[in-house]
Amino acid sequence: MLCQDCKKKDAKVHLTQIVNNEKVTLNLCKECADKKGFQNPFEVQVFPLTQLLASMSGLLTEKKSGKEEKKCPVCGNGFSDFSKLGRFGCGSCYVTFRSQIPELLQKIHGTATHKGKSPQTPTGDLLKHWQEEKKLQDDLRKAIEKEDFEKAAQIRDQIKTLINKK
Amino acid sequence: MFDEMVKKPASWLSGDGTNSGIVISSRIRQARNISNFPFPPAADEIQKEKVLSLFKTALAKNPSLRKGNLLISAEVTDLDRTFLVERHLISPEFLQGKAYQGVFINKDETLSIMINEEDHLRIQALQGGLKLQECYQLASQTEEELGKILKFDYDSEFGFLTSCPTNVGTGMRASILIHLPGLVLTREIEGIINQMTKSSIAVRGFYGEGSDVLGNLFQISNQNTLGKSEIEILDTISQVVEQVVVAEKKARETLYKDAKDQIEDKIWRAYGILKHARMLSSNEVMNLLSALRLGIGCGTISQVSLNQINEILVLSQPAHLQKYFNRQMDANERDTTRAELVRLKLNGKGKSNTSH
Repeated sequence: MLCQDCKKKDAKVHLTQIVNNEKVTLNLCKECADKKGFQNPFEVQVFPLTQLLASMSGLLTEKKSGKEEKKCPVCGNGFSDFSKLGRFGCGSCYVTFRSQIPELLQKIHGTATHKGKSPQTPTGDLLKHWQEEKKLQDDLRKAIEKEDFEKAAQIRDQIKTLINKK
Repeated sequence: MFDEMVKKPASWLSGDGTNSGIVISSRIRQARNISNFPFPPAADEIQKEKVLSLFKTALAKNPSLRKGNLLISAEVTDLDRTFLVERHLISPEFLQGKAYQGVFINKDETLSIMINEEDHLRIQALQGGLKLQECYQLASQTEEELGKILKFDYDSEFGFLTSCPTNVGTGMRASILIHLPGLVLTREIEGIINQMTKSSIAVRGFYGEGSDVLGNLFQISNQNTLGKSEIEILDTISQVVEQVVVAEKKARETLYKDAKDQIEDKIWRAYGILKHARMLSSNEVMNLLSALRLGIGCGTISQVSLNQINEILVLSQPAHLQKYFNRQMDANERDTTRAELVRLKLNGKGKSNTSH
């Protein structure tokens, strides 16, 4: 069997993991496994998400409606970038692609609702700065939700100016 | 800093702690991102530099975090990098030539924070034995301290936001490194892994040549980071690990009842080879140490301590070996030097506090 990464050498490292009842297998040669850190017994490696994503039919097929793809106004990534990389570009991607996200999280985690800790709030001078940032962020979220990308871009720039003062 | 580290074994190696004969180490990792900056894979150099400098500011403002070192990618050589990976302080793909990455490591190496890895911050706490609660406390306290200064990406519905949606929510991965020779030898391991994966627990074995699990070591961790609180995740993992420990102990009893001579032979042979071999590959060392660890757990062998075994396990890795002997070596030379190191450590020379 050939290594599925380099497709040149014999696969010597075989990994199997069950992700939400679906078996995902990796067959790699020693060099490629080393590169990914699979030979290190201490390292937890998150299983390549792209494999998992590939197994989710439908969800990631780009909707060919003829319209131009929606891009995140903050980082510029589209959902197709996510499908390719398995990574979102920034926190605002979670707002921009909100319609697809619950389904995605449901497939990965079996739920889409957070139950753990919430963030800390600062005190003193930091709090004022924080509240300013939060207000702009809320506005940004609203603009993205309304798909008012021109406004979103303006707010994004205001946030940039604000955080550069930090 | 590195010279000091190689001489002084990390505190998680001590071999004490609950069930440390079976559970080798516990680890908590929390992922956090700073609001209004693209996640590292999508960020440009200026943005990454800013994230790193924000972290430095937060560090300076935080007295509890001052005791430690911050290493920046540009200052770390390839050998240093591998050394940190072998010491479980950074992930394998970290610090590979990307600018503005860094890692903060506290004095006793129980805490490390990677900056600009896949997420802006990866806060990790590591301890020997089954100590998930303690690790969580340290990681969580650090996260809270940093969170009072840095604003983290958070969504009231989805929780803490991460570059990869597999980490969203708590951003927390709790994991245990566990030694299961009994379950491997009795072939019960597969059933147990299947059972665990059904309840959303990820189990990883480490395979060497063929189908043998390298060193009989497994990593047990939570698959999902969303939908459960941090405490619920910890409880689930702890419960599962305790069940596995019980099963492992039972398997060892069965083995000793049914095949005492064979098992003891395997343990003593391993000891003999480790004590006298002139060349040892790292896989071979891992497998032989597994037999010794089993021997200690079953009371067959008392000439070696868990502390010594853990120390050899870490020091016999390629980068540690080169740091320890303070010279560059090719694979062949490493095998010879590795055997030398193992003999040295097993003969009690250069060993640290063996309290076992």
